[in-house]
Amino acid sequence: MILEVLEFGFIQRALIAGASVAITSSVIGLFLVLRRNSLFGDALSHAAFGGIAIGLATNIYPLWTGLTLSILGALGITKLRQSAKIPADATVAILLSSGLALGILLISLSGGFTLDLFSFLFGSIMLVSVEDTLAILAMTGVILSIIILLYRQLMYITFDEEQARVSGLPISKLNYLFIILASVAVIVSMRLVGILLVSSLLVIPNVTALLFNKGFKKTALISVSISIFSVVIGIAISYAANLAPAGTIVLVSTTVFLTVLAARYYSKKKQIVKKLEEARS
Amino acid sequence: MQIVEIDRLSYAYSGNLVLDNISFTIDEGDILGIIGPNGAGKTTLFSCMLGLLDDYTGTIKILGEDIKKKNSKVFKGIGYIPQKKIIEQNFPATVEEIVSLGITTTGKVSKEKITLALETAGLLVQKDRRVGELSGGQQQRVLIAKAMVNNPKLLILDEPVTGIDLEMQNKFYSLLKRLNQKNNITIIWASHDLDAVNRFATSVACINRSMFFHGKTYEFFENPDLLKAYSESSMQAHMHLHNHTHRG
Repeated sequence: MILEVLEFGFIQRALIAGASVAITSSVIGLFLVLRRNSLFGDALSHAAFGGIAIGLATNIYPLWTGLTLSILGALGITKLRQSAKIPADATVAILLSSGLALGILLISLSGGFTLDLFSFLFGSIMLVSVEDTLAILAMTGVILSIIILLYRQLMYITFDEEQARVSGLPISKLNYLFIILASVAVIVSMRLVGILLVSSLLVIPNVTALLFNKGFKKTALISVSISIFSVVIGIAISYAANLAPAGTIVLVSTTVFLTVLAARYYSKKKQIVKKLEEARS
Repeated sequence: MQIVEIDRLSYAYSGNLVLDNISFTIDEGDILGIIGPNGAGKTTLFSCMLGLLDDYTGTIKILGEDIKKKNSKVFKGIGYIPQKKIIEQNFPATVEEIVSLGITTTGKVSKEKITLALETAGLLVQKDRRVGELSGGQQQRVLIAKAMVNNPKLLILDEPVTGIDLEMQNKFYSLLKRLNQKNNITIIWASHDLDAVNRFATSVACINRSMFFHGKTYEFFENPDLLKAYSESSMQAHMHLHNHTHRG
């Protein structure tokens, strides 16, 4: 039965594209979570929503307009944080609500929601074409290559930006490059889970991985594994039970998080009991 | 050879003069203890020297280069240990991973360099432990090891042992002395601990917005007038801070 299902072209594409997105989003997400910027992905995806609405209204390929607006918005709020000293969470709120507002405005002007817009809002992993899959693979390759090349520098900035600056790293350039990579990762992830659930892919696998108390590389590997597991199992369950794939993937990811959290709580409790017993005897 | 040359350095913040016409030089192999009351401008002086602030007047030359030119080679020759701050317990990085951050070039890191730095800082046994699990003193040694992987010529330390117990403080100072003597690293170190400065520094700079003493350590500590003036200015600064805190 499983082998038969795997012979379907759309399932193969969904799994390949899904696994690629899982890798990209968890790698980028680790830096966002550690910089206390978990909602940045949400802001980027909502800015992209405005861009996609522009694309649909003007008949330009919506992913390009989405990507452009997402990058411009992200660079804009970064500049705002640096020059106007506006708190990070406030700038995220500005970008998030402005992107959404632009999208709603354009939709109302063009006479309401279309099927295309729905697929961007809620994801359409089962509908990815061969071209989409290749594009996702190419973008994943580019993002991963850059992250692997600059991994130590990005980790340094995440650990302590001031010390990284003193050591001579070009902080502004690296930050802008990271923002562009994050925007691309968000656009790629939107295909899988949609604008509304993008940040879950960036955040949940990483928060789960942090519970394992490992070093940086191991945490990244655990996060990627959890992310791929959630996507593959999510796609399988959604196909078997005829459920929405995006929601299923995110709920699988949340279930993994809760399971690890419970296991950690149980193991800590066991350790305390053991120590108390040792102290008594 | 002069490692640091500072000439008529002044810096103002929101119209208030924080550093006023400060000039001094540091020879290679020196350990300069910078003392001064809270708010004297020690951290601002370091921020200017490290290129974190560049809207000052005067010139700062380190390793013969004007720091405003932002020559990355010069920055690679400087190791910086900030005021002790708590590294987040959950930050997912091992001691070895943090030390490897000191190598800021892209590509493969030299394992030997990292091992040597860990060994020098006495951290080889802890290399696989998460940095957030270590004590404050051990975390400061991790930062020293991180600074050491680039073979720096100059170490700048801003009150590095504040909040660390006495035993760890002594170990930390012994490590600095060893680095200075074995590796010929010049050290500038801001401290409130006059006793430690007396024991470890080869020269002393006393600042309180402007420089009021710069010379050999014994010249400062064997001069009762200077010591008295320092205590009085520290007390005044403390009172000033106290009053401000209470008013605030």
